[in-house]
Amino acid sequence: MTKAITVCGLHKSFGRTHALAGLDLDVAAGEVHGFLGPNGSGKSTTIRVLLGLLRADAGTARVLGRDPWADAVEVHRRIAYVPGDVTLWRNLSGGEVIDLYGRLRGGLDPRRRAELTERFELDPTKKGRTYSKGNRQKVALVAAFASDVDLLVLDEPTSGLDPLMEEVFQRCVREERDRGRTVLLSSHILGEVEELCDRVSIIRGGRTVESGSLADLRHLTRTGVSAELAGPPNGLADLPGVHDLDVRGRRVRLQVDTDKLDGVLRRLGESGVRSLTSKPPTLEELFLRHYQNGPDGPGGSAGPGGSAGRNEVPR
Amino acid sequence: MTTLAGPASGRSRQLAGTGILLRLALRRDRVTTPVWVAVNALMVLSMPGTLRGLYGTTAERVGLVHQVEGNASFRALIGPVFGTSVGALTVWRVGVYAAALAAATSLLVVVRHTRDEEESGRQELVASGAVGRRASLTAALLAAAVADAALALLVTAGLAGLGAGGALAFGLGLAGVGMVFATTAAIVAQLTESARLARGLTAAVLAAAFVLRAAGDSAADGGASLAPGTGAGSSPLTWLSPLGWLENLRPFADERWWVLALFAAAAAAQAVVAYALAGRRDTGMGFLPTRPGPAAGRLGTAGALARRLQRGGVLGWSIGFFLAGVVYGGLTDGAADLVRDNDSARRIVERMGGRSGLTDAFLASTTGMLGLIAALYVVASVLRLHGEETSGRAEPVLACAVGRLRWAASHLTIAFGGSALIMTLAGLGFAVGRGEEVLPVLGACLVQLPAVWVVGAVAVLLYGLTPRLAPAAWGVAVAVLLIGWVGPALDAPRLVLDLSPFGHLPKLPGGAMRWTPVLTLTGLAAALTAAGLAALRRRDLAG
Repeated sequence: MTKAITVCGLHKSFGRTHALAGLDLDVAAGEVHGFLGPNGSGKSTTIRVLLGLLRADAGTARVLGRDPWADAVEVHRRIAYVPGDVTLWRNLSGGEVIDLYGRLRGGLDPRRRAELTERFELDPTKKGRTYSKGNRQKVALVAAFASDVDLLVLDEPTSGLDPLMEEVFQRCVREERDRGRTVLLSSHILGEVEELCDRVSIIRGGRTVESGSLADLRHLTRTGVSAELAGPPNGLADLPGVHDLDVRGRRVRLQVDTDKLDGVLRRLGESGVRSLTSKPPTLEELFLRHYQNGPDGPGGSAGPGGSAGRNEVPR
Repeated sequence: MTTLAGPASGRSRQLAGTGILLRLALRRDRVTTPVWVAVNALMVLSMPGTLRGLYGTTAERVGLVHQVEGNASFRALIGPVFGTSVGALTVWRVGVYAAALAAATSLLVVVRHTRDEEESGRQELVASGAVGRRASLTAALLAAAVADAALALLVTAGLAGLGAGGALAFGLGLAGVGMVFATTAAIVAQLTESARLARGLTAAVLAAAFVLRAAGDSAADGGASLAPGTGAGSSPLTWLSPLGWLENLRPFADERWWVLALFAAAAAAQAVVAYALAGRRDTGMGFLPTRPGPAAGRLGTAGALARRLQRGGVLGWSIGFFLAGVVYGGLTDGAADLVRDNDSARRIVERMGGRSGLTDAFLASTTGMLGLIAALYVVASVLRLHGEETSGRAEPVLACAVGRLRWAASHLTIAFGGSALIMTLAGLGFAVGRGEEVLPVLGACLVQLPAVWVVGAVAVLLYGLTPRLAPAAWGVAVAVLLIGWVGPALDAPRLVLDLSPFGHLPKLPGGAMRWTPVLTLTGLAAALTAAGLAALRRRDLAG
């Protein structure tokens, strides 16, 4: 599998703030990769390093097989970038900006530009400040999706879009993947990530805490089980991987590490099962686990620099 | 809880939060406004000393007045004289310019705290607080009033030694002009959706006021009277311009105090209009609609983008420099006559412009002055890079296949090439104004360029090192301006004059062309620019 992006042990400090503290990231060519993390965890810093706008203090980054700092222009010919907060020139119309960005990249497909303008319901004749936030995002999105590039770097691209436009956005990303393009999608909208992404990386305090397909990640977390049994439950508390056991008569609720689910089901079966629901963890839960109870402690009160060595990637 | 909100409390609610917003405005302006006011006061308060040095005796001053009042171009450019006292001459020499500066200070303050806030979207958050509908505009006008009151206080206190009444009239007159333009800006800020346009339109009103006054004064047929209060006065045209009211107030020449009521009435009337307009529109909207643009664009390169962004600025500077050339060119011969009879004045012009013929010296000093002003253009133009970067507009451009050097070069071409363009136009303007040969005066304008470029290159270097340093380039430009402008009049030591690149230029026309300093400065500009670009390529982009 060829890699569109490889990042290894990336470090970046701004004064005394350690924005990135050994971040790793692997994005395979042709995949949609979700890039998740709390505010201030270093997502945008990473993206700005990948775009060659910031120079990393240590570590390596390769984008489309090249060094994004040294070969910025060559790399950028094959990248389209959408920032989370698009600023436009007040005296240029949206259409002018779309065409400008397209030409400054590898070129623009005029048919696709027209089609996208229509689909996003964008009025390209309005000028800079008269666009709302969502419409400014659309200008950058149309320019990105209509550009002839291999990699799309989207940094919280849908902030300000309404749910209908969010739908359009998701369809566009799927079309991009179907054409074999790679997408790095930084987002806080977990539904979007769950819907679109083949793999995700979760970062926190400037380093990667988890990376893999959603199935992989689910496997690492707990499944919620609630059951009504024919007889009294026995021995559940002794089983490995069982948490938050709550027994009320013949009703049982528990959390279990997903790879220990087999043992729990067998033990429940011994008592006779009347009804059973099991709920796989949502991305939300997965995410909250890392946001709240991650290795750095709740709220990330420990500075990223001070937590060196305490961070473990669960295996 | 009461439902009895009477009209009084309704009105007071319109102003709720004004105090907090005023404190916010003063805090945000804590550096810029004091600098504007201090520079203005310094210009006014240094004048009596300069005049005493040049025209120490009453006889010398009477001689000066006789000459200037017969010269229409002088009356147009500076204004009429109403007395031979040092105070009256001070008001004559700097009055209009101090008033214009006070007007500029006020209009910038008002637009910054009204339309700028709305355009940036910050106003929305502020207005959603417990803030009355009229609070923002009131706070902005009060912030301008604070600046104008400070200026009035400094001028009155500083000139009180020349006559308390005249000093007070002058101080209040300057503050009055400031407040008239503050309220003009308040109206214009309601009309446009763009702060830049609001500033431009108000500045245009200011320029029109200057032209009206100049036209009135030049038409006044030697209207100045040496005997104060004998009634000969300015043409009616000057009463149409707030800048003309200041001379009609006649500080230090039997003050006509009632003119102050004109300032108050005009400011009050304009404020009423501004409040009425503000009450009839939505936040963020204006009365002048934004026209739609093309659905498809032709811009395709970083260079085309930079040209599009800077073309308005270059056009404005070009027109201004050409007209300045025409005006100064037309003034040259009269000015040379004026200076010929006064030893000390002649020495100053010679220090600025060289020792050959007086006309050449005057030309050299005025082209030098335009060169100093062109340094402001080059800094503004170079710092467009800074504005693009810190606003976040540079980031998506540089994330395209545009190298940093090419992006920077696209703006620097306009900065350095544009300064050559405006100096060329100034030279052509001089030739038109004087109706004489083009080449000598064109050469005098173009010889300024290496020094202009050095200032621009310093701006490139500061910006390249870190965007935080970039605004310091304005400090460099202003320092160079002060050295070039005030240095010769104060007979500053060579060491200080040499700090400015302009101090090393040959004095053309008249003086001998020396290539060494010209080439050295050009090389220095190139080296500093290269260093700035190298630093820019190595540093992080501000996010």
